Amino acid sequence: MLKADIHLRLGTLDLDAALDAAPGEVVALLGPNGAGKTTFLRAVAGLVRAGRAKVALDGVVLEDTATGVRVATERRPIGIVFQQHLLFPHLSVLENVAFGLRARRRPDARVAAMAWLERVGLGAYANARPAALSGGEAQRVALARALAIDPRLLLLDEPLAALDATTRVEVRRELRHHLASFDGARLLVTHDPLEAAALADRLVILEGGRVVQSGPVDEVTRHPRTRFVADLVGVNLLRGRADGGVVALEGGQQLTALDAGNGDVFAVIHPRSVAIHRTHPEGTPRNVWPGTVRSVDMLGERARVAIGGSLPIVAEVTASAVRDLDLRERAEVWVSVKAAEVGVYPA
Amino acid sequence: MISEPIPRPFAVLATLAAALFLLPLVGLLVRFPWTEALSALTAPEILTAAGLSLVTSISATALSILLGVPLAMVYARARFRGLRVVRALTTLPMVLPPVVGGVALLVAFGRRGIVGQFLDSAFGIRIPFTTAAAVLAATFVAMPFLVLTVEAGLRSMDRRYEEAARSLGAGRWMVFRRVTLPLVAPSLYAGAVLCWARALGEFGATITFAGNVPGSTQTLPLAVYLALETRPQAAIALSLVLLLLSLVVLVALRDRYLPTS
Repeated sequence: MLKADIHLRLGTLDLDAALDAAPGEVVALLGPNGAGKTTFLRAVAGLVRAGRAKVALDGVVLEDTATGVRVATERRPIGIVFQQHLLFPHLSVLENVAFGLRARRRPDARVAAMAWLERVGLGAYANARPAALSGGEAQRVALARALAIDPRLLLLDEPLAALDATTRVEVRRELRHHLASFDGARLLVTHDPLEAAALADRLVILEGGRVVQSGPVDEVTRHPRTRFVADLVGVNLLRGRADGGVVALEGGQQLTALDAGNGDVFAVIHPRSVAIHRTHPEGTPRNVWPGTVRSVDMLGERARVAIGGSLPIVAEVTASAVRDLDLRERAEVWVSVKAAEVGVYPA
Repeated sequence: MISEPIPRPFAVLATLAAALFLLPLVGLLVRFPWTEALSALTAPEILTAAGLSLVTSISATALSILLGVPLAMVYARARFRGLRVVRALTTLPMVLPPVVGGVALLVAFGRRGIVGQFLDSAFGIRIPFTTAAAVLAATFVAMPFLVLTVEAGLRSMDRRYEEAARSLGAGRWMVFRRVTLPLVAPSLYAGAVLCWARALGEFGATITFAGNVPGSTQTLPLAVYLALETRPQAAIALSLVLLLLSLVVLVALRDRYLPTS
């Protein structure tokens, strides 16, 4: 069980965040660049000194600025997988994995390291230099190196960010497989929601040095609490005040929703629930308003259409719909959303 | 490869510049005493000087590595008041006239020097005019080359490798020995070769501080200088040998100091 509470200032960053991670749990620390994710992770590892910090792992205090306890990085039972694998270029692949075991004066360092290499399927590369490995292979070795020291906590700092798109999918699958066999807590830092959703049980969203939301992955994606989280998981997040079946939005518009309740709420509209029309639609949708197309992003057979106007919203439609309706920038359109498609939950 | 047109005045001046370097080399080759070279080079006093040069230059290089690497580490990583001043002062020997270095060493470690008199009265150690003085003089002028080169290597290395090593449980010494040192090895090698070459050629500080005692402080450059008066053939032969040695050093460091393209 990891309990970490970190407060530090570094340049323009003002980090003040706390999180827990249970044994066997994968927690993803998700946030934009500069949010302080990596700094938080480095503080947990003791690589950066925090102004105020309390870090405990399995009940053992690793750092407590209140009592002056500070265990050195090399004495913390923490394994780290870095963004650019950071395999020692002058050592063989095997010696890289054996490094932590040698630091612990394990007599069987080579044998144990070899076993780890076999586990990640790279036994054949034992005597190769890291430079001979592909990005994905290097990251697997880096994982083996971190796990070989039998840590109680595994920290992964953007482990897939340096990989190309195809390798990423493959390594993510492998990472998922190897992470499953590790029984300690795991903390994953990432800015990629897909990576977080694929690998983590729980999300902690960090924005501007603060935890803005945390919870199980589907909970957070269903109920994002900030614009950033909404953008991340691809839903439209609107803030307003509910009164019965109507949500009065901050921009002055109204949305009809089911079971909206009362008080401050978030209204979530999935882009796939947003329909676009060239003329004012006649039909069942309760929410209809005009807008102007701001941008059209083609994603294969799908397109994300950003619509500006009194109530800006993102719609996800098929590529053929974009062609048929001739949706392009500055096109005048009508937007409709069924009341049943507006998710409302308390702010 | 097609050359860019060079304006005539530049071509003339550039040719003069090149001639300034090349003519002395040609002179050494033309006047090289081919027939007497072997006997001149194997004369006992020359062999003694060569052996002494080898001992003092290698000792100076070893001492420079032992003391210079930690100094480079401090310069690359420590932050304290006066660091820049200390760094500038320890770099001074690179531009200081070597004779001035010799005089300075004498007033510090000479028999009546500020440290020397204490060494003499307390331990009976007298440095001047010993081989130790020759080593000290060579170290004084040569170590800055090693320190600056290693410092540059330390500054440009990716320190995240050290963090990775620490996260794997390596203490400071193991991080230094197994990660930092191997990663700056190219810089250390280049610095050591430069340092050795400078130590081998050292003349001014040595003759001032250590004197010219055959067998204990008379190194090759000193022997060459003296031989020029009595046996010029030997001086020329020795000069060419030292020149070839310098050429070997330059080739060994070609990646660093010679453009490859």
